[in-house]
Amino acid sequence: MADNGGSYRKERVDRGIKARSDSVYAIASFRDLSYLLLPRFLPLLVAFILPLIVGDYWGKVLVYAAVFGILALSWDFLASCGLFSLGQALFFGIGAYLAGAFNYYLHWPIYATIPAASVGGALLCTALLAPVMRLRGVYFAMITLVLPMLFSRLIVATKVIGGSHGITNLTPLGSRWFTIYFALLALFVCLFVFRRIMAQDYGLVLSAIRDDDRAVMSAAINIFWRKVQALFIASGVGCFAGALMCHNYQFVGPSAFALDYSLMPLAATALGGPGSFVGAVLGSAVLVPLSEALRAFGGLRIAFYCLILMACIIVLPEGIFHYMARKYHRFERMVKV
Amino acid sequence: MLSLLIYGLIQSVILVLYAYGFSLVYGISGIANFAHGGIYILGGFMTWCFMNALGLPYFLSAIFSVILMGLLGFGLYWGLLLRIRGIVLSEVVVTFVAGIAILEILAWKGLYGFYYNLPVFVKGGISLGDVAIDYQRLFALGSGIALAGLLWAFVHHTRMGLSFRGIAQDERTALSLGIESDWVGALSLAIGSSLAAVAAILVLPLGVLEANIGYDVLIYAVTVAIVGGLESGFGMIAASLIIGFGQIAVARYIGSSWMIIVPLGAIVLILAIRPSGLFGSFKELEERI
Repeated sequence: MADNGGSYRKERVDRGIKARSDSVYAIASFRDLSYLLLPRFLPLLVAFILPLIVGDYWGKVLVYAAVFGILALSWDFLASCGLFSLGQALFFGIGAYLAGAFNYYLHWPIYATIPAASVGGALLCTALLAPVMRLRGVYFAMITLVLPMLFSRLIVATKVIGGSHGITNLTPLGSRWFTIYFALLALFVCLFVFRRIMAQDYGLVLSAIRDDDRAVMSAAINIFWRKVQALFIASGVGCFAGALMCHNYQFVGPSAFALDYSLMPLAATALGGPGSFVGAVLGSAVLVPLSEALRAFGGLRIAFYCLILMACIIVLPEGIFHYMARKYHRFERMVKV
Repeated sequence: MLSLLIYGLIQSVILVLYAYGFSLVYGISGIANFAHGGIYILGGFMTWCFMNALGLPYFLSAIFSVILMGLLGFGLYWGLLLRIRGIVLSEVVVTFVAGIAILEILAWKGLYGFYYNLPVFVKGGISLGDVAIDYQRLFALGSGIALAGLLWAFVHHTRMGLSFRGIAQDERTALSLGIESDWVGALSLAIGSSLAAVAAILVLPLGVLEANIGYDVLIYAVTVAIVGGLESGFGMIAASLIIGFGQIAVARYIGSSWMIIVPLGAIVLILAIRPSGLFGSFKELEERI
């Protein structure tokens, strides 16, 4: 409690709108209603109006922010069942390469390549990583860290699927408006679906696996199978982000496995606050424009993310979103002691 | 055939050198030190700086940089990791990110191309039969083996080594016997970082000093650890031999650009057959249902 001159103290009172639980509310007025709805709909509204205001360049940045947001959501989903990935670039790169290859070699149109790359990539990643699901500890982190690096070196060294030059001349995603709104829509659909999944029994099991896997096993639930399902969902979403981005760039190369795609989702989630999905989106909405503004620093940009990430994890492990939500749900006032 | 044998052995020893520090730290304190690659390159760069900026003799600057990297490892534990000890996610992320920060700052300072390189300790070479081999490779081979022997003796026949093993086996019991786990953890990270610097000084003269090599070192260290099984020193050596000989054989018979397929193939195979590594133990969760 902050002490103000010895005679006042700061009192914190929860707003009396919650009834019984976090998701049941007692609404008595329009004020209560707006108190609940505004923080949910205002950001959505801003996100959909923003493309109309900003110029061409920042419109592109908005697409990047949405794609990184999707990757961060996929990271957060994996983390919410206890799997810490250090290589979202694996999902991103596999999705991008699959979509690129389908488009370039088989001449599939966009509405076929993106779903095919998402599902096919998810199957591939799940098959590759499923054996690790049986292990505990840092194994998953280590393997996801190594695989994208090895894949990009493999492609550069052996010159398969385009080699270090990559595949160019892919079909573009569509007009500027379509690209922006499609990316934003995908981001928000992912956000709401993930939040809905985690609010249900299915999500309860996943978060229980994170908290105590043996307890879940003793409830006669096959945790291996559940983790594989979570991995399938998350890697599908990651591959979707990759497929989207490769059509947006009209290019796919070994840079799709670059460290940026592993590090940025991690940094965004750590900054925004893990576990809530909104934090992941918020974090990438802050970090991606920030990193565009930091382009002048060139190579130092990644070092800069690293410092943010370290500072967040050590100093502010809670994240922006949880901090803001806590403040929003409370009155603070000075009262006489 | 003889050259395959010799160069395969040398490649394996190089891999052991890469992986030794990483395995040691994980085996003792359970921290996956993903900053290993960054510390490796920083060790090489520091040696270069001592030699070219301060004009110290090579031998002295090598020793200084090894000590400095040891201090850096100690500082990494004491300054950062101690605050988040026990939260696996945070430990992993912090070491990973610290390593990348080191590498990216070095790359930004211009650590690429052929400008920076370390001289070899001993010039010249000999030929065994019809295989030409330079002394630096032989030197790396000899010192790698000597180092492994020395460390084994240290861990098994000194008091500090005993406390290291105690912490590795059971942290709480070791604590109750008066072994301080934070102290041991910090020391293990210091020794692991020094080992990375030693590896850098032995291996880097064979090539150029580039920031990007740090990522390769990290990849190989982690790959060897995954394939061999994390806590097992024997597994590390076995995995290094498999991958080292595999790489040289692939370079010989298929083409040197395909060398990278060996670690990837080894990981995929080991995941399919024995996910906890060749000699890894007790990490598989019981499957009962």
